[in-house]
Amino acid sequence: MTELERHSFDVLVIGAGGAGLRAAVEARLQGKRVAIICKSLFGKAHTVMAEGGIAAAMGNVNSNDNWQVHFRDTMRGGKFLNSWRMAELHAKEAPTRVWELETYGALFDRTPEGKISQRNFGGHEYPRLAHVGDRSGLELIRTLQQKIVSLQQEDYRATGDYEANIKIFAEVTITRLLVDDGRAAGAYGYYRETGDFVAFEAPAVVLATGGIGKTFKVTSGSWEYTGDGHALAMRAGATTVNMEFIQFHPTGMVWPPSVKGILVTESVRGDGGVLTNSEGKRFMFDYIPDVFKDKYATTPEEGDRWYTDPDNNRRPPELLPRDEVARAINSEVKAGRGTPHGGVYLDVSSRLPADVIRKKLPSMWHQFKELADVDITKEPMEVGPTCHYVMGGVEVDPDTQETRVPGLFAAGEVSGGLHGSNRLGGNSLSDLLVFGRRAGLFAAEYVDRLGDARPKVTESMIVDAENEALAPFHVEGGENPYSVHSDLQQTMNDLVGIIRTGDEMREALDKIQTYKERVANAGVQGGRAFNPGWHLAIDLKNMLLVAEAVAKAALEREESRGGHTRDDFPGMSAEWRQLNIVCRAHDGGVEIERQPLVPMREDLLELFDVSELKKYMTEAELPKGEH
Amino acid sequence: MGYTAKFKVWRGDDEGGALQDFQVEVNEGEVVLDIVHRLQATQAPDLAVRWNCKAGKCGSCSAEVNGRPRLMCMTRMSTFTQDETITITPLRTFPVIRDLVTDVSYNYEKARMVPAFAPPADLEPGDYRMQQVDVERSQEFRKCIECFLCNNVCHAVRDHEENKTTFSGPRFLMRIAELDMHPLDTADRRDVAVNDHGLGYCNITKCCTEVCPEHIHITDNALIPLKERVADKKYDPIFSVASLFRRKDKREAPGATPGGSTPR
Repeated sequence: MTELERHSFDVLVIGAGGAGLRAAVEARLQGKRVAIICKSLFGKAHTVMAEGGIAAAMGNVNSNDNWQVHFRDTMRGGKFLNSWRMAELHAKEAPTRVWELETYGALFDRTPEGKISQRNFGGHEYPRLAHVGDRSGLELIRTLQQKIVSLQQEDYRATGDYEANIKIFAEVTITRLLVDDGRAAGAYGYYRETGDFVAFEAPAVVLATGGIGKTFKVTSGSWEYTGDGHALAMRAGATTVNMEFIQFHPTGMVWPPSVKGILVTESVRGDGGVLTNSEGKRFMFDYIPDVFKDKYATTPEEGDRWYTDPDNNRRPPELLPRDEVARAINSEVKAGRGTPHGGVYLDVSSRLPADVIRKKLPSMWHQFKELADVDITKEPMEVGPTCHYVMGGVEVDPDTQETRVPGLFAAGEVSGGLHGSNRLGGNSLSDLLVFGRRAGLFAAEYVDRLGDARPKVTESMIVDAENEALAPFHVEGGENPYSVHSDLQQTMNDLVGIIRTGDEMREALDKIQTYKERVANAGVQGGRAFNPGWHLAIDLKNMLLVAEAVAKAALEREESRGGHTRDDFPGMSAEWRQLNIVCRAHDGGVEIERQPLVPMREDLLELFDVSELKKYMTEAELPKGEH
Repeated sequence: MGYTAKFKVWRGDDEGGALQDFQVEVNEGEVVLDIVHRLQATQAPDLAVRWNCKAGKCGSCSAEVNGRPRLMCMTRMSTFTQDETITITPLRTFPVIRDLVTDVSYNYEKARMVPAFAPPADLEPGDYRMQQVDVERSQEFRKCIECFLCNNVCHAVRDHEENKTTFSGPRFLMRIAELDMHPLDTADRRDVAVNDHGLGYCNITKCCTEVCPEHIHITDNALIPLKERVADKKYDPIFSVASLFRRKDKREAPGATPGGSTPR
């Protein structure tokens, strides 16, 4: 065995996006020594891509907004499959988490009274998203990054060492969680730069690794989105939930091919942009589902009036939840009413003056100008669905974010529950803050409770982890991992994508089995220093486990709901709403189990009209004595 | 369209390296980063490169394309002629780790030296009130994606390794300007800008502004106003008298162009 670098911390945070950084801030504020693992450089995580904003019912633009309204919108968006307790905590705590960012130095756009401005977004009843133009995610991650620096400066003043209590490990990939007698004990990984291994001993581990986008071909996700946290957790004995629910964002770029999938923010629609087909028709009026019939405008005239008079008009259907809009675009293209490059038109040029577009949507203007040679102030964009977000994730306690493995916590996209079957735009950044903080808080509490009885990292754990990570180097002349990855992405896109059938998903599962064999035989050229081929060979194993979880859960759920649409089971079923599908690692693969949902607390149930609940729930679940 | 392009890519590590020739397929609408990915997938699986978002938002894929500092994801192949040889080299100002990946830790060390935002002590969260017009100046600088192209191009460190200890580059002087212009920041950052971050080394050649992929007016809107604020303090009669009582070496700002470098 080669010389191994070892570290010991109280709390190990894996992932340095919004959730990970907020967790680290909290654990440090609770007096813990914290390590932050970034797969990329510090400040480059996927959170930078978030455009629209942070949903929080501050009521700055419309004073009718409050946590109850936000809670209702979130539950509706998720088609009532959400963990209602998480949705409640999220709606209640989000405003405080946003205001706190201002004390860290965030500079949001303002209302005329000087408060934080809030914008409209799909599925949110009132203007609710705190934002900075269309680069809200960048503001969030930079603010948290700078908060961490400020805490390091405090530590420097106190101890003479910036890294006394928070140390950042940039460009480190974790390959395995270390588990001692069923409890989290630490993690093992390598420096991308050198290929040298590193072991972390920590009684509390927070997973904040983000999503799984890179299992799909057309995705808005970056290379880091390889489902590491989902797979690490399952292999460590934790469970994932709701993995069948994948959000296809309705508006990704469709041309040129090399940028296919890159996100076009929902703010384009929130600020007045409209979707039209090749016949010039605003087709979304044809796709308002029954459960939302009374909430959306039925004519373009009413929809247009809503932007200036929201109290007396209903919102335009371009602002339906994302799953509805993505399916509608998919149908239009399939019916032959698509654009030359297989999307639909998203037009803001005929709706807003050019200077307003450039002010409100600067990075969209820039992105289309530079990448597609399209001036969005003069012509429409071509857009189509792109894999954007996984609602499913590691199953956690809704209050503490602890998984089924004691000492292992998860927050942000890698965790599951809050969003149910479909996430509303803007609820991701607030999720990161609310539950990132909670994960850090309860991780610190867990460490306190443990006292000296900390789990141990043993030599055999380290040897196993090293052997596993080095395996790709021992294959002589094996297959290039890039080709396996590309086949997996195509399979997931074609067979487990936006519209699904049982036969296709069975075919996908067969293919995933063959990819597993191919990955086992995939070889790596070159040495260990910054070797992307080796990195991909390791990441691929995670993607395959996650892909299997998605396909198996999707095959099991015989209904259509949110980010899971079955051509062979098109309806939404009240019986299925009472069930979660839980995945765990078993024998190199994934096994699934049905698990009943916890019934919603009575006082939360009463926030809805019974007539609305009836659309989702069985008779037995409705509030007693009112029907 | 589709054609075969000629590429030269620098390959090597901290001990040395050389440009390696490649012939590679290029399709319509592609950017330089697509071509690097194609090289990885078909000819050089261990070619080291940083990238994340591929949409100009994360600032990871900085390199020098035909000698010009750029984001590879935002450099369209259509800006070159088909018979042109395209040369990709790592950022020159930072030490090479491998191939196109450089050690940018200098930037993170400098970031850690910028005193944090200092809000008024008695202002509660939720009570912050600022006008849009007042936050806009700092917001421009907060568009920065930390690609470090500005710090890479700035001759004060590009040509003068020795200045790295005393000069933080445009990125972090701009960060100081951003905090200085924050409507609620209470700290006086002028001495820090000069003494700890080497504001005086900047001689306004605007190279940083030219390469900024976010089109931030680094020189005009951040560095020059910061210099003016420092000058106001320096030539304020009260400060001038006070400074007579300080030691000379603390009083002098560092020279404008140490080492006599010439602007590009």
